[in-house]
Amino acid sequence: MSSVLYDTPGPRAKRRNVIFSVIFTVLLVLILWWVWRTLDDKGQLEWSLWEPFTEAQAWTTYLLPGLGDTLKASALAMVIALPLGALFGISRLSDHRWVRATASTVVEFFRAIPVLLLMLFANEFYVRYSDISSEQRPLYAVVTGLVLYNASVLAEIVRAGILSLPRGQSEAAMAVGLRKGQMMTNVLLPQAVTAMLPAIVSQLVVIVKDTALGGVMLGFTELLNSRGTLAANYANVIPSFIVVAFIYIVLNFILTTFASWLEARLRRSKKGTGAVLGGDDVDDINAGEVGGTATIGTGGKK
Amino acid sequence: MFDFLEGYNVLGAFWMTVKLTALSAVGSLVWGTLLAAMRVSPVPLMRGFGTAYVNIVRNIPLTVIIIFTSLGLADIFGMTMGAPDDFDVQGFRLAVLGLVAYTAAFVCEAIRSGINTVPLGQAEAARAIGLSFSQILRLVILPQAFRTVIGPLANVLIALTKNTTVAAAIGVAEAALLMKEMIENEAQTLAIGAVFALGFVVLTMPTGLFLGWLSKRLAVKR
Amino acid sequence: MMLRKVSAAAAAALVLSLTATACGGDDKDSDSGSGSGSGDKIKIGIKYDQPGLGLKEPDGSFSGFDVDVATYVAKELGYKPDQIEWVETKSADRENALARGDVKLIAATYSINDERKQKVDFAGPYLLAHQDLLVKADSDITKATDLNNKKLCSVTGSTSAQNIKNDLAPKAQLKELGGYSECIAALQSGSVDALTTDDSILAGFAAQDKYKGKFKLAGLKLSNENYGVGVKKGDTATIDKVNTALEKMVSDKSWQKAVDDNFGPANYKNEPAPKIGTIVK
Repeated sequence: MSSVLYDTPGPRAKRRNVIFSVIFTVLLVLILWWVWRTLDDKGQLEWSLWEPFTEAQAWTTYLLPGLGDTLKASALAMVIALPLGALFGISRLSDHRWVRATASTVVEFFRAIPVLLLMLFANEFYVRYSDISSEQRPLYAVVTGLVLYNASVLAEIVRAGILSLPRGQSEAAMAVGLRKGQMMTNVLLPQAVTAMLPAIVSQLVVIVKDTALGGVMLGFTELLNSRGTLAANYANVIPSFIVVAFIYIVLNFILTTFASWLEARLRRSKKGTGAVLGGDDVDDINAGEVGGTATIGTGGKK
Repeated sequence: MFDFLEGYNVLGAFWMTVKLTALSAVGSLVWGTLLAAMRVSPVPLMRGFGTAYVNIVRNIPLTVIIIFTSLGLADIFGMTMGAPDDFDVQGFRLAVLGLVAYTAAFVCEAIRSGINTVPLGQAEAARAIGLSFSQILRLVILPQAFRTVIGPLANVLIALTKNTTVAAAIGVAEAALLMKEMIENEAQTLAIGAVFALGFVVLTMPTGLFLGWLSKRLAVKR
Repeated sequence: MMLRKVSAAAAAALVLSLTATACGGDDKDSDSGSGSGSGDKIKIGIKYDQPGLGLKEPDGSFSGFDVDVATYVAKELGYKPDQIEWVETKSADRENALARGDVKLIAATYSINDERKQKVDFAGPYLLAHQDLLVKADSDITKATDLNNKKLCSVTGSTSAQNIKNDLAPKAQLKELGGYSECIAALQSGSVDALTTDDSILAGFAAQDKYKGKFKLAGLKLSNENYGVGVKKGDTATIDKVNTALEKMVSDKSWQKAVDDNFGPANYKNEPAPKIGTIVK
């Protein structure tokens, strides 16, 4: 196979690749062997520590309710953040300067602040100024933090989604005499929403990952937190940790795969404009897990 | 008016955030570039490793990774980071290690997509004059790719700055941990929130503006 | 058509995730129930992660000394065991949960002290515990000053390790982890030398099957922790009733039985039943 970087390997290159493969394999095996040995030495591979995960109760009593809370907080955050994000995203495209400026300030502000700070603040705010029961408060605080942050990220996704549409769309809409509002609701938004779907699903991965922060710092009883209660019973700190990490990987892998499938599907589709916002765009807007000032944002201001 | 700040080392906490950010940035740039090199290398096994690493690490919460450095690497694997007797230093270095492991996956992806934007003809021309794979990567592709990836890398850096707050989960005395302590003990919730929010705006805004400007300036004209 | 199909798939996924969520939500609701006024239920705050005191068992039931005391008290207040709703009250949330009326009582290794008494009232005490050290069975740490240049583990937000460092062993290295089970794992692997908190809690962990025989309590009485039942500030009627219940629990030997059931396996030499209203400083 040839690529940008190298030709189809000839005999010498093939030999060299084999040597590299062997060295790399040896290194990997050595590392894995060391990991396995150390775990064994420290007694972490004892079957009694892993056995609980083969029984239904470990799942029904600890992990599944925890996973339920993770999904609940994620879904709530997404459902609340979406309309807010759309509102701010569209406001940033407004023709009125002050609307644009206000929306931009709010969006840039919340994207510059770590989501943990937003959660901690919301938590303390609810302790002092609200009537939320102490069991429900961590959920509220986590969702609030996630909504504030993700609404601002989604605003950027919505804006990028609308901007990704070919110019001809708005020009045609104006040519047939639609007003700005009509153009937005009848022409641009419906197409932008389709284009944004993969990006929105990708954002869900970010949200799911961020709920874990609430589990550790606010005592929200999500997956990572419920692991603690589980480990208090079975005395299996490391195994439970590995299992929980595995659950996160599977859950997020499903979401990521779904997003890529959606994206590929949309790119292939003949109908529509072919404009798609995919996972990579989300990475740019988010810049990793907890957002960043996207190039669109900062570049635009310059 | 700001007497709630008394008795708290806010600047020290933000200095810790800066140190975490700077060290992790350097580390993840190195490790991320190596990963990217693996992902585009002609050796299938390395490609497989690079892909697996990125896909696994990106799907795990950073919180899980950071806590694992403490419970797993330090306690089980005995990786005390050269500070077996000083938990403050050890926690800081473990946090940097966790941040590097996580951020490198995003750096790798940014660089890889940067490599993909370099036109095929560049590599073909380099091959035609007889350069080896590592020479092509070092002399032709990466210099061009790094220019296009400055924008995405700037975003990764800003994200990293904010992600350092997760180090609070293993008790590193950075900004978020101090804010948690202050907000629980002092009456001025709003003022404390504002001070810390402002701190992060100050930390991230210049990076964004400067690197945004730089990436425009260095953009490869095609 | 294509687009519609994609949207439909996305919508289906959303619906699926929401249904999954709804299931989780139902669980939560049946746990917590309605907040106020229901005369046929009583909400009691306990710990979920402390073997021997308050532990959520794999079958979803709860066990431990705190749980037994709370169950007895609830019975005396006129609630059958199935009328009790257990609520997890983390240490930092206990005063708030009582003040807001989220729970009626709290029995969660809740030491009576002056700072807390400004915010809540206490019935009891029902157990006298002491701050102690848990060390490996073959450890040579016998007193707090031995901890100089040693590594001491405690949980985030706990003051017990800080007290040792401040008063007894200034050169001790403190490691804070998220929970006691993490500290025990660190103790087992040798990355810390001792773990400190109340001896009652330590005994519960040391008695777990996987740790049996591996650890021992140093037997230091570094402090007096008078466990009380937390009640909303000013609710003297409830305090009186709880105190009467606790007295009865001791006199009809239920207290001793609960001690034997929960601390017996841990080989924890507890103090005799404290006298109600007498706080050992």
